[in-house]
Amino acid sequence: MAAGTGLGRYVIRRLLQTIPVVLGVVILNFLLLQLAPGDLATVLAGEAGGAPKEYIDALRQRFGQDQPVYVQLFNYLRNLLVLDLGYSFRQSAPVLDLLLKRLGPTLLLMGATLVASLFVGVAMGLLAALWVRTWKDHVISVAAIIFYATPLFWIGLMLILVFSIKLDWLPTSGMEDVVAFHEGFARVVDIGRHLVLPTITLSMFYLALYARLMRASMLEQRGLDYVTTARAKGLTERQIVSRHMFRNALLPVVTMAGIQFGSLLGGSVVVESVFAWPGLGQLAYQSLFARDFNLLLGIFFLSACLVVIVNLVVDVIYVLLDPRIRIG
Amino acid sequence: MKSFWQRFLGNPRVIIGLGWLAVVVIVAIFANVLSPRDPFSIVATPFIRPSSAFLLGTDSLGRDVLAGLMHGARTTLLIAVLATLVAFAFGTLIGAIAGYYGGIVDDVLMRLTEFFQTIPSFLFAIVLIAVLSPSALNLVIAISVVSWPPITRVVRAEVLSVKSREFVQAAVVAGQRDSAILLTQVLPNTLSPLIVTGSLLVATAILVESALSFLGLGAPNQMSWGFMIGAGRSFLRDAWWLVTVPGVAILLTVLSINLVGEGLNDALNPRLADL
Repeated sequence: MAAGTGLGRYVIRRLLQTIPVVLGVVILNFLLLQLAPGDLATVLAGEAGGAPKEYIDALRQRFGQDQPVYVQLFNYLRNLLVLDLGYSFRQSAPVLDLLLKRLGPTLLLMGATLVASLFVGVAMGLLAALWVRTWKDHVISVAAIIFYATPLFWIGLMLILVFSIKLDWLPTSGMEDVVAFHEGFARVVDIGRHLVLPTITLSMFYLALYARLMRASMLEQRGLDYVTTARAKGLTERQIVSRHMFRNALLPVVTMAGIQFGSLLGGSVVVESVFAWPGLGQLAYQSLFARDFNLLLGIFFLSACLVVIVNLVVDVIYVLLDPRIRIG
Repeated sequence: MKSFWQRFLGNPRVIIGLGWLAVVVIVAIFANVLSPRDPFSIVATPFIRPSSAFLLGTDSLGRDVLAGLMHGARTTLLIAVLATLVAFAFGTLIGAIAGYYGGIVDDVLMRLTEFFQTIPSFLFAIVLIAVLSPSALNLVIAISVVSWPPITRVVRAEVLSVKSREFVQAAVVAGQRDSAILLTQVLPNTLSPLIVTGSLLVATAILVESALSFLGLGAPNQMSWGFMIGAGRSFLRDAWWLVTVPGVAILLTVLSINLVGEGLNDALNPRLADL
């Protein structure tokens, strides 16, 4: 079997499996829009400072809101198929444009968090497992338990209090210093400095999760036959850990990182609103209070799609990491 | 082999956790006795530092932070526990039906569960509350809607492993109705992993409730820990205690629940406790 075509077929099959999920989110979104108090016509009329009933009826007709619900659902689905997510009347722009503008900063924050939490979490878990039942293991485990219980928004504010207000080392908010007009490398450094605290904040919970999982996973591998075999072959402990146990122990952590992506996006709403990070989360926060449901549901839809894509990517990485998993 | 209680209560982490939880629960129950005044009432000048008169200081409007903390314990715990109970009931129902009937029913219900596990849950809770409008009841609804899937999975797995056992077969032969078999024969045997999952869910519910209240989506006119942090964040520079104090309360409470939950798990599955 040629590996390329096998993998290709696997990806296509997984893509097909994501269709019901995306469809489910669309229907859920539609139902929520129906539940939301006041439709677009009344909102617009309200903005205009009141309008006669005939005008509202005309507006409803224009938006297709006089149609039966199933026709509206069909129209909604058809619009989404061509990526028409509706119009945000608060921001006077198509929802899709607003989302795309905010996607970059969020992906930057997510990416930095994913790398930081995986790297530190895996290292902590690995060390704890190697030092199992010593005081160092206990220190790492207790730290992980505490990080695991810390509210994200609170630790973000505490970091601002210590590192921005008291020590004045790092900026409190935003993604870059807009009045400084940094360019090129200076701009990268500036964004990097702004990225530090939000990334630490969002990473805490996940690095605790990965550390605990990695530790348990390493300890589980320790007792397996292949480790005994490797030891019998005369490999050193270092070789056994780095060449054999580490790779196997990593698999459940990778799975977990994929599963957690959705919750990471949720966490970014809180973290972005704490640090005024100009991403999707902050946009969600703003649309919440502007009662801009088109925009809010657009963010929800895009986030769900991101989760589906990331799950797909993780599954593919998984197959590449572990050739034993059949992809027939 | 030690008994369950010896293993559970012999664990120092469990004792620490139970100790703090006891304090929080007592304060939550007797908040009105310990601090009879409305926690929103103005009692002194704003921004008094923690001192002997006001142990935890006063906030930007001159409200007593300690009183807020005590009444906040009540709101936060009540919403978290209620939401967990609702999630527990719904998740158990779905999981039991899926596991017991199997086949197409199982397929449909598990696809539904997977769907709710895939969508970004915190964002979904935000959307739900935004649409339904913030209130204590809607908080309970939103938190339970995003927390039932793990319960369903646990119940389904347990039901699957229990349902082919002889005592269940005997009940079927004896002509008991399905609902009676599920309630009296199958579910009691799935209790121990459920208790562990449920206790950890309370911790998650507290974190979600606090985050929602922090964002301004909490129950209106109810003092809660998340709300206190949200209200204090603008004064971080001058009044550190407004944010620090309620945050420590959330941290300690969630930590304690996790410690007790893990202690329960270790005591129920002593074989796995070493890992």
